[in-house]
Amino acid sequence: MTGRKTMLITGARKGIGRYLCEYYSEKGFEIFGCSRGEADFYLENYHHYCLDVADEEQVREMFAAIRKSCGCLDVLVNNAGIASMNHILLTPRATVEKILNTNVVGTFLFCREAAKLMQAAGFGRIVNFATVATPLKLEGEAIYAASKAAIVSLTEILARELAPFGITVNAVGPTPVKTDLIRSVPREKMDALLARQAIHRFGEMGDISNVIDFFIQPGSDFVTGQVLYLGGV
Amino acid sequence: MPEYKDIVELILTTIDEVNELLPADRQLERSVDTVVFGGDGKLDSLGLVTFIVAVEQKIAETFNVTVTLADEKAMSQRNSPFRNVGALAGYIKKLLAESGK
Repeated sequence: MTGRKTMLITGARKGIGRYLCEYYSEKGFEIFGCSRGEADFYLENYHHYCLDVADEEQVREMFAAIRKSCGCLDVLVNNAGIASMNHILLTPRATVEKILNTNVVGTFLFCREAAKLMQAAGFGRIVNFATVATPLKLEGEAIYAASKAAIVSLTEILARELAPFGITVNAVGPTPVKTDLIRSVPREKMDALLARQAIHRFGEMGDISNVIDFFIQPGSDFVTGQVLYLGGV
Repeated sequence: MPEYKDIVELILTTIDEVNELLPADRQLERSVDTVVFGGDGKLDSLGLVTFIVAVEQKIAETFNVTVTLADEKAMSQRNSPFRNVGALAGYIKKLLAESGK
């Protein structure tokens, strides 16, 4: 026990996840991160676990280790996610399973195990990741958008199921941010997408942490089941 | 392999811990005959969730094995494993045996 607030961030090795690890480490959080691969960075108060977020056994082992070292968890940020842009007629079943496993099953497992820890303390904040691809109904993103639509439902219903335990569950819906996730998307597709936002620019990492800051601040204990889309979508 | 009496003791310890979170009129008696759910049970649905999670965690900590107590298998038993503490202990012993513990 360190007395610091504890936060778990999935998909911590790169992109938004890594940024969030750095951002909240600087804010004094004790951070538990996970990804499939080893972390190639060092941060004060950061603990990395290599796992597949959809592997129930590995997820349980990570939470058992957190329980042993801290005994509690204040914040869970379900950032891990994968996408695959393709027309439905060209989408293999294996891709569908991979996306649903990481995005939906992974988020579900982490919400469930985190809630078990948080419930004992009567306090917790869970922040899931949605996407503007769902409300914008983006062609070529059917499975990714559908997986994130599931996250919206999960967020809304878990908010109700976990409210009696003092746990809030919300989601942030980022616009495209310049990360590996959109690296293979053609420029003209990106421009067309940005044009559909109220504010026509890429999202920044700080736009996302700003929303997470809001969801996890003490004054937000009456805010739950909400999905906040960025960029005016 | 844990003895039946060890598992009963584990459940009774969990009852002590869960009682600290429950209102006075919903507290569970420390007995093998205490109804966990159904009939004269004192737990409401949220109390049951809290109790089951606490027992699962205690099993994981004590025996280093993960079990799921409230799944289709438990619900489809002719005699509910939640009818009392003794029955739950018997059910857990069976699950532990199946997992090789």
